[in-house]
Amino acid sequence: MEFINKYPKLFQWLFLLVVFFALCFAIEVPETYKFIRGQAEFVKDPNQSSFVFLGKEVRYYAFDVFWRLPPLLGWLPIWINDSLFFLMNEWMPIEFWNEDTQEYKTRPLVLQISRNLTAFMTFLIELIREILLGGLETIVAFTSWDWIDKNPWAELPGLPWTIVAAGAAILSYKLSGKGLAIFAGLTMVYISIFGQWKPSMQTLSFILVAAPLSFIFGLGLGIAAFKSKRIEKALYPILLVMQTMPQYAVLVPALVLFGVGDHAAVIITMVVAVPPMILLTILGLRAIPPEVIEAGRMSGCNNWQLMFKVLIPTARRDILIGVNQVIMVCFSMAVISAFIGAKGLGFNLLLALNQLNIGLALEAGLCISLIAILLDKMSLAWANKQTDYFGNLSFLQRNRNILFFAATVIIGIVLAYIGTFLFKGSYNYLFEIPHNKGISTADFWNKGVDWIFDTFFVYIKAFNTWLIQDVLQPMRALYLRMPAVATIVLVVGAGYLIGGIRSALVVCALTLFIALSPWWDRALVTAYMATFGVIVSCIIGFTVGTLCFQNKHSASFMLGVCDIFQTFPSFVYLIPVMMLFGITDTSVLIAVIVYATIPATRYTIEGLRSVPVGLHDAATMSGVNKFQRLTKIEFPLAFPHMMLGLNQTIVFALFMVIIGAFIGTEDLGQYILKALSDKKGAGIGFTLGICVAFIGLIFDNLIRTWVEKRKKHLGIN
Amino acid sequence: MSNPVIKCESVYKIFGVNAKKMLRESNGNVDAKKFQENGCIVGVNNASFEVSKGEMLVVMGLSGSGKSTLLRCISRLTDATDGKIFIEGQDLLSLNNKELIELRRNKMGMVFQSFALLPHKTVVENIAFPLQIKGIKTEDSISKAMDMVKLVGLDGRENYFPRELSGGQQQRVGIARSLAVEPDIWFLDEPFSALDPLIRKEMQDEFLRLQDKLQKTIMFITHDFDEALKLADRIAIMKDGIIEQLDTPANIVLNPATEYVRKFTEEVPREKVLLIQDVMDPSTSDNLGDLKVLKDEIIENVAEKILTQEKTVAVVDNNKKIVGSINPTKIINTVFGGRKNNN
Repeated sequence: MEFINKYPKLFQWLFLLVVFFALCFAIEVPETYKFIRGQAEFVKDPNQSSFVFLGKEVRYYAFDVFWRLPPLLGWLPIWINDSLFFLMNEWMPIEFWNEDTQEYKTRPLVLQISRNLTAFMTFLIELIREILLGGLETIVAFTSWDWIDKNPWAELPGLPWTIVAAGAAILSYKLSGKGLAIFAGLTMVYISIFGQWKPSMQTLSFILVAAPLSFIFGLGLGIAAFKSKRIEKALYPILLVMQTMPQYAVLVPALVLFGVGDHAAVIITMVVAVPPMILLTILGLRAIPPEVIEAGRMSGCNNWQLMFKVLIPTARRDILIGVNQVIMVCFSMAVISAFIGAKGLGFNLLLALNQLNIGLALEAGLCISLIAILLDKMSLAWANKQTDYFGNLSFLQRNRNILFFAATVIIGIVLAYIGTFLFKGSYNYLFEIPHNKGISTADFWNKGVDWIFDTFFVYIKAFNTWLIQDVLQPMRALYLRMPAVATIVLVVGAGYLIGGIRSALVVCALTLFIALSPWWDRALVTAYMATFGVIVSCIIGFTVGTLCFQNKHSASFMLGVCDIFQTFPSFVYLIPVMMLFGITDTSVLIAVIVYATIPATRYTIEGLRSVPVGLHDAATMSGVNKFQRLTKIEFPLAFPHMMLGLNQTIVFALFMVIIGAFIGTEDLGQYILKALSDKKGAGIGFTLGICVAFIGLIFDNLIRTWVEKRKKHLGIN
Repeated sequence: MSNPVIKCESVYKIFGVNAKKMLRESNGNVDAKKFQENGCIVGVNNASFEVSKGEMLVVMGLSGSGKSTLLRCISRLTDATDGKIFIEGQDLLSLNNKELIELRRNKMGMVFQSFALLPHKTVVENIAFPLQIKGIKTEDSISKAMDMVKLVGLDGRENYFPRELSGGQQQRVGIARSLAVEPDIWFLDEPFSALDPLIRKEMQDEFLRLQDKLQKTIMFITHDFDEALKLADRIAIMKDGIIEQLDTPANIVLNPATEYVRKFTEEVPREKVLLIQDVMDPSTSDNLGDLKVLKDEIIENVAEKILTQEKTVAVVDNNKKIVGSINPTKIINTVFGGRKNNN
């Protein structure tokens, strides 16, 4: 009894676990239960039960409610889908003037809006693409095809690759200095020589449209949320869900609304990239010292002047970090949106992976990673760059970089012109190196993969079999063995113990949504894969982080490595694992582990670093040794931050598990991928995405609540 | 002194959701404790005072005493919950947003504890900022700002960024910025509190020099009693939102109104604060010595002279007219003893 009084929390947790296991053992597995491989609503089976709600028929396999809840929300995806189609095809028909046929045409409002938006986006992308690569769509948009036929000279020629490379180097030099300039130049030369110029510029043009638009919308909404509590409250839940929503899932409704192509990809990228921009804008504006705002007011600023002359310049750094985030998301989406027809490196990467041509995939992946790293470093340099004073410099000094660029443009054009004589009859290598005419190392890599397979096949196979048979399968079976009621009791109980009744209710609502959807089994599989990934990632991340922390240089080095790894678009992680382990669950899990170890490591180092120096000195003066200091001082204080790392690890792991569906898994991701090619998939894909987001949010809520309490307890801000 | 520049009539500032309603029910008798139980925090409690033209009122109080809140009510950075505030006879609380901006652009300047400079602008751009906000052309505003740079002694550093300046220099920029529009009313919110003691003293002297030249109407907030004594024409001492005493430095030292105020005055070296006229005997007799001292001389400066006299010393005003007398015993009493008896 005394023991219970001493550790009431421990006792409560034990009690919760006892209840959980009691429920697990008390509820038998129904004899008819099996993991459903097909989608219940498409399987016609006399054993199915069904109900009709809002005119939608939901078919499902009925079990004891303690074992699996009936999918009472099964009508939701169908309803979303039908509503979307109704909106697109029937709602509010309005007459529009048709330019081509010179007559009025009746069209639903939403469809027309979507068409106009699509046309606008297409124009923007084409414009930038043709500046980089040449073409005539932009000219045609202002004139007509007939006009172009008569005036063939009007076609945009496109920039020679030499100019783009030099431009990138000059811009990098201005933002950061020699190091980055050299990196930028080499990256561009590499891309060009290896024949990836065209897809790279397609991807770049996609990002140059998506990123600025996301920035503008994100900044605008961020400002609105900063100024109005009501807007912030309305935005907050959407932002939360969007942060944990797998990017795949957003693709599906976009497919219905905007069709296939670069424009749809841009719009969907904006949907994903705007939330982090909003968050960072709000964060930056909030961090402004109140006295600066008061100083602005006392200088007689009106609201407009206060926002654009005081607040935004003061929050400049946070806002530019937001730009950095936007660019990173854009790269990630540049690959993923290849699923809905975005051209460029992502498309090539996907194609190569589909054909199992690892060498080609590697080349495309390397290119996209290099450009991502370059733009990441450039935008970070921009954020950290402080304004310089120019007033006392001469025109030449002030515009040195612009003049330099102008010179390179001329040189580049002259070179390209010379090239037309040099390479008569073949390709002008000084203008653009075509896709198949560059150096390719694909064969080398493919042979390497073959060699690895031939040489290590036995070992890899053995490891694979062991992992799948002895670890993964049992773990999966355990997860599926949990009765729904037991799971809900466990999660809600944890919520209550950590955050009280409020947390318990939030978590309960999130869990119930998944439990009442038709995909509880799939969600369990997703959860099992994520759990496995998170556990291994945390063990590796916490260990590596702690070890690296022991030395100042290794800590900085490790953080740098984390930075670079984080810049890789998530899809790129699939390349090496497919190279080694082929198409198995092992591949997915290893990609998950690699990807999710990044935040685990980073937050461990950051957490340990944030322990105040004073405490360090105090501990040293009390005569602790290194190990004691770590266990008695540093870990307890860094633990809340490390838990935030765990939170990120979970989100990262979920993302990768869902992306892993590309390799082939049997979880929610598989259905999302399926929904992409399904005409009626929009509602399903979206609801599935929400399910994944909710899994993430359950843990997010629990961990955040705990961390906040713990930080308050420790007095850390 | 016909029209006060700043005039407050029972100003209240109470934070909280039900502040207005609770204030109405309390009928002006605000009990901070009772309000706190209901989730309201009293910032300013029934403040009434006037500041006349060219006067410097120092508001002194410890942190949480409501002094900054009071200042923000008068600059209308926050809206007072109740009461009336007049700026040059104009009802401040009735101004709409546009009129308020107009008032701030032309009549008010403010200096902040943390300097609150714009990090992306140079010294001269920071100072020119309020002018440019008003819509003055860039060249004119810059040349005006350059005058200000010279006034606060920062010439040569006009193209530095705030991050390249020391704290004292940054506050000079803050002062110059607040003076750029040539305001009549100057608010200073603990301007020297973030500075090192030596720099603080230097800035105080600099500030007195400026005020001597400019003769602004000033509200100066500080938590440093010595600073208040050094600078003020009158001091308002605040505690828990209430003005405990508002008087000249000498009167506060000699006649503290409450126990709270007395605690501050205990350690004050009186000979450095009080003037001859504060302690002299207003009656005169014929039996005075040859030495004459000015009535607004600080005691410390003439004490030695007076103490070497055997006779009572005559006190004269600026026109050399005898207005009172003071004997050495009085000086000794003032400096060394009788502090408690004086109450």
